[in-house]
Amino acid sequence: MPEQPADEPVSPATDADPGRDRLQRALLRPSRRQGVVAVLLAVLGFAFVVQVRDTQADDTYAGLRESDLIQVFDGLTGTSERARREVERLEARRDELQDESSARAAALDEAEQRARTLNIIAGLVPVSGPGLRITITETDGRVSVGSLLDTVQELRTAGAEAMEFNDTYRLGAQSSFENATGGIELEGNLLESPYVLEVIGDQHNLKTALTFSDGPVETFELDEGATVTVEELDSIEIESVREAVRPEIAEPFDGQ
Amino acid sequence: MIAALGLLIGIIAGLVFAPDVPVSLQPYLPIAVVAALDAVFGGARAYLDGIFDDKVFVVSFVSNVVIAAGIVYLGDQLGVGGQLTTGVIVVLGIRIFSNVAAIRRHVFHA
Repeated sequence: MPEQPADEPVSPATDADPGRDRLQRALLRPSRRQGVVAVLLAVLGFAFVVQVRDTQADDTYAGLRESDLIQVFDGLTGTSERARREVERLEARRDELQDESSARAAALDEAEQRARTLNIIAGLVPVSGPGLRITITETDGRVSVGSLLDTVQELRTAGAEAMEFNDTYRLGAQSSFENATGGIELEGNLLESPYVLEVIGDQHNLKTALTFSDGPVETFELDEGATVTVEELDSIEIESVREAVRPEIAEPFDGQ
Repeated sequence: MIAALGLLIGIIAGLVFAPDVPVSLQPYLPIAVVAALDAVFGGARAYLDGIFDDKVFVVSFVSNVVIAAGIVYLGDQLGVGGQLTTGVIVVLGIRIFSNVAAIRRHVFHA
C-alpha cells in the first residue's frame, strides 16, 4: 500500500471522500506509475475496438440464438420452396410454348407444302421434272380439237402433273380449246402446227396413255394425217405460268 | 491522466490500423477483452479504496486474460467451448457488476 505518500494526510476535509480525492488528484497530477496502467489500458482499448469492428464486420449468423436461426432457416426453406414452385411453373410454361411453336411450325410446314402442291396443280409456278415431249406435226390434214382434247385428257388420266403447249401456254383446270382458222385456239391464243406438248409426269404411264390401240397417237396418225413424235426426256422445264384466278361465285363449303 | 491517455491511444490505434482478427484467435479475443475489463474495474475499485498497487494490477490483468482465454481454449478442446465461454462471461460479468457497484458508492456516495 504505498499508494498514499507519507507527506499527505488522508484528507484535509474529513467529510470528503478519500477515494474521490484520489481520483481527482490522479486526473490532475499524473504520476509515473500510471504509465504501466496506461500501457495495459491501451492494449485493452485496442483489443476492444478490434473485437467490436470484427463483430460488426462479421455480419453472419454467428451472434444469433438457436430460435432465431431456426426462424431464419424456416424463412429460407419457404423462399426456396417458393422459388422451386416458380421454376416449375415457368418450365411448364416454357414447354407449353415450345409445343405451341412446334405445332405452329408443323402447321406452317404443312401449309407451305400444300401451297406448293396447289401452285403446281394450278400452274402458278414454273416446274421441272422428267416427262414427255409430244410433237404433233400436220402433214396431210388438220388436227381436230377433239383429238387434241382427247390427248390432254388421256395424259391427265395417266397422272400428268403439268402441261405446256408450244413452250408458251401452260395448261390449267380452266384451259379450253376452240377451232380457229389456221390452227386451234387455246384460251384465245392461236396455236399452229407443229403442236408441241410438254408433259411432266410418270413417263411410262404417260406413254402408255398415248400409244394404246386406237389411242391418241393412232388417231392423229391414221385418221388425221399428222406425224407424232414422242420423246422421253429426263428433265423438262415448264417456265410459263398461269394467272391466279380468284373464284367469284364459288365459296368454300364446310358443311358436314 | 496518463492512464486515460493510454486508453484513448489504444482505441485510436485500433481504429486506425483496424487489423483483422486471426481466425485462430477469434473465439478468445472477446473473452480476453471481458477479462481485461474485469481487471480494469477491479483496479479502479482498488484505487478508490486506496489499496491500488500497480504490480498487482499488472499481474491480475495479465493472469485474468490468460486464464479466461485458457479456460475457453480448454473448453474448445473438450467440446464444451461455448458453454465454458458463457460460464466465464457470467462470472466476469458478476465481478464487473460488483466492482462497478463499489466504484459507484465511492463516486456518488450511493
